[in-house]
Amino acid sequence: MGSEMINRRSTLKSLALGAVSILAITVASTFPAQAENKELKIGFVGVTSGPAAAWGTSNVRSMQTRADWLNEAGGVKIGEDTYNITIVTFDDQKDPKRAIAGMEKMAQEGIHYVVGPNVDDGAAAVRPVAESKGIIYFPYAFPKSLYVAPASNAVLGMVANYQSGPAIYKYLKENKGVKKVAFIAANESDPISQRDSGVAAAKELGLEVVAETDTYQNDTRDFTPVLTPIVQLKPDLLVLSGVAPANAPLLIRAARELGYGGLISAETAQDATVLQEGAGELANGFISVGGASTPEIRTPLMEEFIDRYTKKFGEYNDESNTKVYALEYIIETLKANPKAIDNVEEFKKTMDSFSAPNPYAKGGTLKYVGMTSFGQKRQVSVPMVVTEFENGAFKTLFVGEVD
Amino acid sequence: MEQVIANGLYLGAQYALIALGLTLIFALMNVLNFAHGQMYVLGGFVTYSVYGQLKLPFVVALICSGVTLAVVGALMEKFLFRPVIRRSKREESTMLLAAATAFFLDAIILLLFGEKQRGVPKIVSGVFISDSVILPYDRIVVGVVAILMIAAFMLYMQYSKPGRAMRALAQDRIAAQLMGVKVERYSMIGFALGAMLAGVVGGLLVSITGVNSGIGGPISIKAFLMVMIGGAGVVAGAIAGGFILGMMESVGLTVLREYGDVTYLVIFALLMVFLSIRPNGLMGKPWG
Repeated sequence: MGSEMINRRSTLKSLALGAVSILAITVASTFPAQAENKELKIGFVGVTSGPAAAWGTSNVRSMQTRADWLNEAGGVKIGEDTYNITIVTFDDQKDPKRAIAGMEKMAQEGIHYVVGPNVDDGAAAVRPVAESKGIIYFPYAFPKSLYVAPASNAVLGMVANYQSGPAIYKYLKENKGVKKVAFIAANESDPISQRDSGVAAAKELGLEVVAETDTYQNDTRDFTPVLTPIVQLKPDLLVLSGVAPANAPLLIRAARELGYGGLISAETAQDATVLQEGAGELANGFISVGGASTPEIRTPLMEEFIDRYTKKFGEYNDESNTKVYALEYIIETLKANPKAIDNVEEFKKTMDSFSAPNPYAKGGTLKYVGMTSFGQKRQVSVPMVVTEFENGAFKTLFVGEVD
Repeated sequence: MEQVIANGLYLGAQYALIALGLTLIFALMNVLNFAHGQMYVLGGFVTYSVYGQLKLPFVVALICSGVTLAVVGALMEKFLFRPVIRRSKREESTMLLAAATAFFLDAIILLLFGEKQRGVPKIVSGVFISDSVILPYDRIVVGVVAILMIAAFMLYMQYSKPGRAMRALAQDRIAAQLMGVKVERYSMIGFALGAMLAGVVGGLLVSITGVNSGIGGPISIKAFLMVMIGGAGVVAGAIAGGFILGMMESVGLTVLREYGDVTYLVIFALLMVFLSIRPNGLMGKPWG
């Protein structure tokens, strides 16, 4: 009886061990890369709720789409190690206090590279945390003080309006005969600072600025009363300074319905679907700035990114044409200097000489720019694609480059 | 100036309709419904889905918005507000509950409908142009519909049995109960009606202003502003508050434009002075 028990127990034990071994071998052979890969956490601190949710959501979704794609392909090889990318997100609700808390959270998680914040005051608020905790961050905010020495941890993630504005106004002056310009902005720090630099650029070009103090509450739903006095001034160009994608179609529609027949432009990225749904054919001719958006300049990789994004989230957001770049710059710079994985000073050194092919735009190069505007390379180079909206899609008007 | 007046009247009709549901719920239950703006947004998204996506007639979409929000309102009253009112003597409890409901609806709407601004095709094309006034036809239609709905609502409250019961409740809850008014039933109907109004106006305005998941909070604030001007819990006050705010906005944006964005600064300053003189608003409570 006793030996029978022992035999049965031994047999069961052997079977169990065998099963576990087979399972372990199977799992190991099925996922060899994932099992060995280290984890590289990249942070996001920005707005993903409230009226400006579209700005941060397009960031987060771009990062998640690209990270999943890279992980699916076996991870990212940086130096001797291969990493799976994990995106850690924090919604700052467009509140500077929460942005600081978000950056503190990133520091606690040992994260050295963060995308965001999306607005000026948030980007300014997180600067002390980023500098003291050794974090490089990629804001979508334009104040030059963030990027000019002694500041050194912020890298502008897009083209600033003081870079795109003059190019657009010059093009419209020379090609469309624009002489009189009116500006309108939301009553918030970002749009107002963008308006002020736009006004200065327009005046420098010799354009007559007929409206430069008009503002609106960001939660305005009907812009007819706001635009009525401006339309009566009959400008050739109406500039929607720093306009949020949610407000652009409402402003365009109100202006057109009031009989405005001139040009309308913005220096912020917009979404074609939102424009089409909100303003329809009234948005035709609207000029704005995008990333590698138009079919003329996008690569097959960009096509695949759009496809994956759409499958993952149900609908693409054209703002992601620009937002996709920040994560790519972080990864490619780390590849160029693996020591930067936990040392941002190494990252900064690499930025000066970094160069890699742009995977999203034909013939482009990934490189850090900003010498002219900031005196140091603290801006990612993305194509400055000035587009014109036409029947539900953006078409390229001209392509420029910063620096 | 004619254009400014036309803009003000049109905005006022919109605002008045937004404020009606809020003031109704306050009058009946003494609940400051912070989720009113989110209900408006939900109504807008229902219309967007039915009219914009499924391509069904706009009227059908509006009915769907109204019915959906009436159901949501009735459920909120039955399962959230009624138990809290029964168990808690403190008014802050319902305020906190309403605030929590607003955040909850915000998150749900964001998850269901995404972060983008949404719009639908115009219900009426074309623009009315005269020497002094330019007004798109769809705004005229929406303004007229809003005024008709306000009139229908007032007639319903004045002459229908549920309307009379709700007015009795608003005037004196205990007396109404003693007179045989079924408090729970009519509280639920009132809450559903208030939510339905928010949903219908959200659906109506999606054809002009579109909708996005983040505008609930600002809509609620504006609605509170109108209710404070007119007097909390007074239907006529909410209507007056809506038209006053619409006109102040329209006039301010034209007259004060040279001084930057001071229109709302002036409106808030005037409101502070006004409330210090008439803390109950123009018409105060109970409703007349």
